[in-house]
Amino acid sequence: MLLLIAGTMSVLFVRNLFVATMLLGIVSFIMALIFISLDAVDVAFTEAAVGAGISTVLYIGTLALVGSQEKDQPKFAAGPLVICLAVGAVLYYATYEMPRFGEANNPVHTHVAPRYINDSPTEIGVPNMVTSVLASYRGYDTFGETTVIFAAGIGVLLILRQRRRRKNEDDETDVPLDEGKTGRSGSLTGLGSQHDLIPHVIAKLLIPFIFVFALYVQFHGDYGPGGGFQAGVIFAAGIILYALVFSLDYARSVVSERAILFLISAGVLLYGGVGVVSMMLGGNFLDYNVLASDPVAGQHLGILLVELGVGITVTAAMLAIFYAFVGRADLIAAKAEQEEN
Amino acid sequence: MAPDMLSLSSQFPILVAIAPLLTAPICALLRGKTAPWAVTTIASAYAFYISLQLLLTVASFGPISYELGGWAPPWGIEYVVDLLSGFMLVLISGVSTGVLLFARESVTKEVPTSQLGLFFAAYLLALTGMLGICITGDAFNVFVFLEIMSLSSYALIAMGERTDRRALTAAFQYLIIGTVGATFYLIGVGLIYMMTGTLNIADIAARFPEIEGTRPILAAAGFIVIGLAIKLALFPFHIWLPNGYTYAPSIITAFFAGTATKVSVYLLIRYIFTVFGVNYSFQGLELMDILLPFAVLGFLTMSAVAIYQTNIKRLLAYSSVAQLGYIILGIALANETGLTASIVHIFNHAIVKTGLFLSVGCMFFVVGSTYLKDLEGIGRRMPITTFGFVLGGLGLIGVPLTPGFISKWYLVVAALEKGSVIGYGLVALLMVSSLLAVIYIWRVVEVAYFRDMPEGTVKEEAPISLLVPTWLFILGSFYFGIETSFNVGIAKAAAAFLMGGA
Repeated sequence: MLLLIAGTMSVLFVRNLFVATMLLGIVSFIMALIFISLDAVDVAFTEAAVGAGISTVLYIGTLALVGSQEKDQPKFAAGPLVICLAVGAVLYYATYEMPRFGEANNPVHTHVAPRYINDSPTEIGVPNMVTSVLASYRGYDTFGETTVIFAAGIGVLLILRQRRRRKNEDDETDVPLDEGKTGRSGSLTGLGSQHDLIPHVIAKLLIPFIFVFALYVQFHGDYGPGGGFQAGVIFAAGIILYALVFSLDYARSVVSERAILFLISAGVLLYGGVGVVSMMLGGNFLDYNVLASDPVAGQHLGILLVELGVGITVTAAMLAIFYAFVGRADLIAAKAEQEEN
Repeated sequence: MAPDMLSLSSQFPILVAIAPLLTAPICALLRGKTAPWAVTTIASAYAFYISLQLLLTVASFGPISYELGGWAPPWGIEYVVDLLSGFMLVLISGVSTGVLLFARESVTKEVPTSQLGLFFAAYLLALTGMLGICITGDAFNVFVFLEIMSLSSYALIAMGERTDRRALTAAFQYLIIGTVGATFYLIGVGLIYMMTGTLNIADIAARFPEIEGTRPILAAAGFIVIGLAIKLALFPFHIWLPNGYTYAPSIITAFFAGTATKVSVYLLIRYIFTVFGVNYSFQGLELMDILLPFAVLGFLTMSAVAIYQTNIKRLLAYSSVAQLGYIILGIALANETGLTASIVHIFNHAIVKTGLFLSVGCMFFVVGSTYLKDLEGIGRRMPITTFGFVLGGLGLIGVPLTPGFISKWYLVVAALEKGSVIGYGLVALLMVSSLLAVIYIWRVVEVAYFRDMPEGTVKEEAPISLLVPTWLFILGSFYFGIETSFNVGIAKAAAAFLMGGA
């Protein structure tokens, strides 16, 4: 906890944005540790993968675009501080009369949760209770969250793609993205460095393991901590690592942007499709019981498919965001080079 | 309804949300000018059809509940259609369908063709979000759909970038403020979950009396009310709205002006009347003392600010904030007539404002600008469009026979029911605000009819495909201003239901 506070405070005071990003990554890891000590392994997993992994990469991608030093000395703004303090004060005020932490007869433990704990093994038959709540009891929320990811991916594609096209129109010349790739090893993004042997070898060694681990998390979510979200992020991290170490264009040739758009949509459709099929079989939307002759088997099948849908959409959306950011950096670099010539 | 009913109609509550939702990913993959638009319009019209069916069912047989995943609430998520949510569904999907009829030519002019698939996918997601918020009976599910709606609307507003780069800043501002609002809402829901152990709205309401005096609940109510106030752009949390509405593409402005903020108003009504209950909201929280001054300040200052605008879209945006002030005033009065006025005005304002923004969209289509200085003599250049705008403007002012008059009438009655000095004062202030509305509409009329057309311009109208939907809304507004049994009837019944549910 103390580390967490120290970390967050130092983020506020560090002037160099690169350092701040690294510190944020550390803060995320500490958060993950706290979640573990609270027995929320699934949440910790997500925090580590998303907070410390993907967001850090995206921050760095952005920094490559805008430079890592803050330009102005920030003025001291009283307004936000007052608001933050007020929110903190209200939350602190609310902690009085809160149920005591971890007590067995708290409302949280006595109302809905007992059914999840006692009946989910017989009703759903999945050892990991978190998965059964997320994917089945509250499966529709997870469907919604997947749609949120989808919306984010669509939004990024909408905005950044259009801007890129406009840039090209401005130049009157279509800048091929791989132009000057070799001469740009030390450029803005540092992508596609051709000379660094060690990262290349290590990445080549690591990436297969990352993918295998992602698949394990994906399909083992029923038994241990994990599931579509985490797996999707890990999978995306593997491809992003590849893009960082080799080059964006190589990564693009593995997973093209068109394929990403297709995959984002496919994930949502798969999840929704499971719901529609269960409706056709006479159940309600996302009622997995009807998917197989035996309700428990149906639940298994439903959760598996649904998690796969989540995984696909998350992977594709993360990649879409990464491509869009880094693609911009490439473009700026290419443009700068053109001007130099 | 029995879960074993196999007929399609038993699945209507979920279909209304997933029809647009599942169309979105398909739409994202489509290319070309027509296909994405056509698919979107069909999905929206289908949602409209289902909404009407649902509303009719609810009106005759009472609320419908639908268990998602076959899990009974409070363990699973529940969809609930009652009069109010059914009314909102019809309003949202109806406005959306009408705006989409307008969209084909307007959007192809404002958004690059290569982006149309994604653009309409985002549009469908925004629609899904709104419908999902209104129909769900689960407090956390609301948040999920709030996020779907918000994320897609940030992107949609940013798409105005092609005509004005400031759309990007506007979208970013909306993103930051909107996220704060959503987070506040989430904190509130988290606190409520901690105290009740449930997320189902009906279940929370049932358990609420036991815990309503506690501090965490007080904090939760505060977070939720403020979070929603930010989302619905209640004065003084409205800063994001004028920029967003001004720089967004025409159809997006028309769609959002009619629906987006109304969804948050709906949530606020739900929380105040269904979850917290009238007694706690107005005695425990004293929401009347809190909301009423902001509502009054809102409609007075914002009507005044609208007068000074040079951009017609921005003028209408400020007027929207003022109109939201009326709606909140109706809620804050805490009597049945006031609530009726709010619900009627949600509907009436949606129709009038959408009609107005669509006629501005027509002007933009022809002139390429929405600044008043570029619209001089527009009344002679585009007579049909401008006449539509003026008629809509009358509705905004609240001239008899227009829907604005009906809502204001109920608002005045509600204020008088309140009695005392405050009630009479409110009536006077309502009159002042209406006069301000006369002034800002008159400014447009003056520019449109009493200034000369710029040299070299000829009389040219917007294409018929734009005029028809615009006039549909304008004439519709008059229809609902004269034949009020639909909007007022349902609003009254819904208000009685909400007040009785306390």
